[in-house]
Amino acid sequence: MALTLVSSQHSEPAGCSASGCGGNESALAHLPPQIRDKVKDHPCYSEEAHHFYARMHVAVAPACNIQCHYCNRKYDCSNESRPGVVSELLTPEQAVKKVLAVAATIPQMSVLGIAGPGDPLANPERTFATFRELSDKAPDIKLCISTNGLSLPEHVDELCRHNIDHVTITINCLDAAIGAEIYPWIFWKNRRIKGRKAAEILIAQQQLGLEMLAARGVLVKVNSVLIPGVNDHHLEEVSRVVKAKGAFLHNVMPLIAEAEHGTFYGVMGQRGPTPEELQRLQDSCAGEMNMMRHCRQCRADAVGMLGEDRGDEFTLEKIDAMEIDYPAAMQRRAEYQAGIEQQRQQLHRRGETVISLDALRPQRHRSRPLLVAVASSGGGIINQHFGHAREFLVYEATALDVRFIGHRKVDLYCSGSDHCNEEESTLQQTIRALNGCEVLLCSRIGFAPWEALEAAGITPNGEHAMESIETAIAAVYQEMAAAGKLAITAPIALQRGA
Amino acid sequence: MAFTIISGCVNCWACEPLCPSHAIYAAIPHFRIHANLCSECDGDYSDPQCASICPVEGVILNGEGVAVNPLGSLTGIAPERMAKVMAEIQAR
Repeated sequence: MALTLVSSQHSEPAGCSASGCGGNESALAHLPPQIRDKVKDHPCYSEEAHHFYARMHVAVAPACNIQCHYCNRKYDCSNESRPGVVSELLTPEQAVKKVLAVAATIPQMSVLGIAGPGDPLANPERTFATFRELSDKAPDIKLCISTNGLSLPEHVDELCRHNIDHVTITINCLDAAIGAEIYPWIFWKNRRIKGRKAAEILIAQQQLGLEMLAARGVLVKVNSVLIPGVNDHHLEEVSRVVKAKGAFLHNVMPLIAEAEHGTFYGVMGQRGPTPEELQRLQDSCAGEMNMMRHCRQCRADAVGMLGEDRGDEFTLEKIDAMEIDYPAAMQRRAEYQAGIEQQRQQLHRRGETVISLDALRPQRHRSRPLLVAVASSGGGIINQHFGHAREFLVYEATALDVRFIGHRKVDLYCSGSDHCNEEESTLQQTIRALNGCEVLLCSRIGFAPWEALEAAGITPNGEHAMESIETAIAAVYQEMAAAGKLAITAPIALQRGA
Repeated sequence: MAFTIISGCVNCWACEPLCPSHAIYAAIPHFRIHANLCSECDGDYSDPQCASICPVEGVILNGEGVAVNPLGSLTGIAPERMAKVMAEIQAR
């Protein structure tokens, strides 16, 4: 949600939007109503929706038909959160049971995705059996898949038959020479194919699949993994081309590569991008395309709001012990989600009365942008204790608007047993993760971390607890601007992006 | 002659539906191949199907007991490099 500027009685949610942030409500304003309806409660397609709605993945698709250098099919760690990792594989029957149990327990649940741990379309029987049952038993849940695209063209008709109208294709390149550096092999027409030829086939299939889906009106999101030195200079072109072919949203994600993951990139020492590099690329694509910036790169069996994983509450054993009245649960979900929509309307209305154009105008050309980190457990408000936050939402405030630009995770990966559960290093890690942010908004914060943050040039602020995120940031920005802390000539400006 | 699956198989199911002889079955701790059913795809495909989609190096052996996908052949990581990095991780 962008900060809306009002000069008078105007009360419609206006289109003064964050530039190019795809999930952004106002960035969606130009879309036809039927598409807006499709994304408004989808946490992966709408930045605003991700504060309010939950998703889950079911791990019914273990097989894969390609190898990517950032993936290791052997890896399975319950403490890790990244794509391709799961705790237990489910049959379609078990998956359906799990979805119904989760949807009965988490009323924010609006979306079910199949994303692996292999490729959903390399396991078409298991994937479509799951979708068939679910569209019958939980018709209110949106169904989606995330695929590498190799088998997409042959399954497009079936996807449409099952009413799956959100499809994510991971497209890392259009150039086979680059592809050959990312994909060591594919399985194609009963043979393993390597090198450039493999990349050519994969790329052609992805592009064909995208065109076919777009022609049928299916909403397509394109995911790309940003791999410094491999495809970083190429992704702007990817963004342009997929947009021209009808993709709705582009999600550029940072490469995750650690030696202990056993992936090619991890073992070979390929680095991932810094938050600044990621943001720069997202910004450079944003002029052309809706960009998604709130992706959490979740596990293939993740459950809950983006950024949280409640999978442990729904193991097969625990689900078996649950007694659920499915029709009643669906009714509760509908009521709860109607309540969410009301709450969102209120937030929109409140957001509009915060700052008047007149108040901002004098500063417009005299104050610089400010990065603000926020601890929130959902609902679009500042409601999390600093010490409980495992990730921070990062917003950029300018004199014109407040826009969401991404999130920074803290203890995302287990980096070997030596590093687990060390409070000291978690705080240091957090400070590193917040590089470039000058303000941290949270509901509360302890004295020791307060001091450490201040010493690192990040001002903690707990005065806006339980306020709407954008409203609070706008107020902080205004206050700092008024105090002359955001003057363009101030030396602190040099710290940004350092 | 028959292929065998050995420890290291990650039970990903990729091979099972491809086998023209229906020789592959899920088992604990990992998938197995019925020796008397496996034809090594002779007469059906030019390449043995299970070994052409298997994502893990070294876990499918041919009739001579030799890995069809030796170390380094699928990931592109030289075995020496992998051994060195794993030793470094162990030493942490």
